[in-house]
Amino acid sequence: MKKSFAAYPYLVWAIIFIIAPLLLVAYYGLTVEMPDGSMVFSVENFYKFFSSPIFMAAFWRSIWMAALATIICLIIGYPVAYYLSGSIFKNKKLLLLLLVIPMWMNLLLRTYAWLILLDNAGLINTLIKALGFEPIEFLYHEYSIVFGMVYNFLPFMILPIHSVLVKMDNSLIEAAGDLGANKRKVFFKVTFPLSLPGVISGITMVFMPAVTTFAISDILSGRTIQLMGNIIEDQFLRSDNWNFGSTMSIILMVLIILSMVISSKYEKENEGGGLF
Amino acid sequence: MKKSFKSVAIILCAAVIMTLCLSGCGSSGEKTTIRVYNWGEYIADDVIEQFEEETGIRVEYDTYNDNESLYAKIKKAGSDSYDVIVPSDYMVKKMIDEDMLAPLNFDNIPNFENIDPQFKNLSFDPENMYSVPYLTDMVGILYNIDETGKELTGFKDLFDPAYARKVCMLDSIRDAIGLTLKMLGYSMNDTNPEHIAEARDMLLEQKPNVLAYGTDELAPKVMSGAAAMAMVYLGEGITAIEEQPENMRFVIPEEGTNRAIDNLVILKTSKNKDAAEQFINFMLRPEIAVKNSIETGYSTPNMAAKELLPDEIKNDPNRYPPAEILEKCEIYETLPADNTDFIDAWNMVKAK
Repeated sequence: MKKSFAAYPYLVWAIIFIIAPLLLVAYYGLTVEMPDGSMVFSVENFYKFFSSPIFMAAFWRSIWMAALATIICLIIGYPVAYYLSGSIFKNKKLLLLLLVIPMWMNLLLRTYAWLILLDNAGLINTLIKALGFEPIEFLYHEYSIVFGMVYNFLPFMILPIHSVLVKMDNSLIEAAGDLGANKRKVFFKVTFPLSLPGVISGITMVFMPAVTTFAISDILSGRTIQLMGNIIEDQFLRSDNWNFGSTMSIILMVLIILSMVISSKYEKENEGGGLF
Repeated sequence: MKKSFKSVAIILCAAVIMTLCLSGCGSSGEKTTIRVYNWGEYIADDVIEQFEEETGIRVEYDTYNDNESLYAKIKKAGSDSYDVIVPSDYMVKKMIDEDMLAPLNFDNIPNFENIDPQFKNLSFDPENMYSVPYLTDMVGILYNIDETGKELTGFKDLFDPAYARKVCMLDSIRDAIGLTLKMLGYSMNDTNPEHIAEARDMLLEQKPNVLAYGTDELAPKVMSGAAAMAMVYLGEGITAIEEQPENMRFVIPEEGTNRAIDNLVILKTSKNKDAAEQFINFMLRPEIAVKNSIETGYSTPNMAAKELLPDEIKNDPNRYPPAEILEKCEIYETLPADNTDFIDAWNMVKAK
């Protein structure tokens, strides 16, 4: 097919909203501002980042927490996707819709709702106290942030796996059964390997927003636990140091590109999950 | 393919026409619009509407949480930015130094005579050319007396290990580090790197006590019982006591605190300076100023407005502290432009 006329709007869109901002980030990230206001090429900010134990701690914390959230999403999300694609539920469309409905609401609202429920004097703790037990500090911990990530990004794991499983050829499973494999074996030898492209895109799609988030950690940890996203936000909004903020954004982007390269190796020519 | 392209094109056209229509409707009638950028919860409810009704000038109103984010946003905003903003003392000075503010035409602001002379010609604007004081503020401690079991007196109480995970701290660079410097016996304007490092180490040591850092969300946490105490701005403390007098208490730290004067100023890039001056003049009107002061809980530098206050507010030692407390307080001075010690120290405390 010839280059379609309809593709040009996207091209213009990409240049204005993707390419140009990326170039700006690269420009700020690779320069430092001199006292007279001029910008000079320098990798000083990279050095500043990697030599600071505090920034590095936030870096590893972001990766660790995003990875943990991704694993939990996979453990919860795979069975959900599996059963939704199978035949045990009658109203599969409705169940899928229920999964997506929370995403119609803004992430901030969804996360604030947990604050109302889980805060030290929130609804759940009021109930716990009324029953005569000691209140539990659910929020302001690292696991509270991981919980928020899992809650917010779980659909991004379920949907791609589900769409791969739905498209899978059922006769392969029947054939495996005819050849004497039990259900367990069928799953591990046939179903799971065939669903891997969905799993891989699910992992990327949960890990990416989780490793860059700042809103979830702000709200659920009361700003006491800082991830990369929070540090970058501070550089732009309060410290007025766009150069250092951009440097850290570049570092985060490299991390994401690496994770995508790794996952694309697995995807090969298989059609991946639905959302990409 | 062709069909779907057509429908996409129709939707796009519809969207374009609608936006054109909406923006057209917005500018029809040639209404002057000014853009006002103020602190959160820093104005009485219907004041803006009253101004719009009286003058026919439309006001676009946004809020921010701290001086540093105000500066970062304005500095990068270019020419299409706000008209009226409300920076504190030291930020006014910084903005004057960097040529960001427009000199005011006081012929358009006759109500300036209502301002108490002790708030005129202050060090951040010695000839009083750029700024008009709006409200004054102090940082204090809001606490729940049921949770603490005793009256708190000073900033040092926030560092008491007995209050592990019960303290909320202001996420505001000058306030958090400044009050810690004060507690250590230094000036809040001390720029000695060793003293700042000492304050930073105190704040790092305090982290086990800290439940949350924040700004406007802290007072609600103390009121709900999620935390026992928080560093808050005066108005939030006053409002909390009004809403929950049985267990809310507010205290100005005995070590002394900052005395912030927030000022109405006009940005140099403003295209509607006359309308903006009209707005400032309106805000200085005694009935308006007194309404703002009562509803927000902050103190007014407006003499004529102060006369209108009920006695119990006029004599409230938190809102209008006696001289012996004021003596211990300081006004923030602008840091040298190349000073990053404060910012670096605070980033380190938070990132730890």
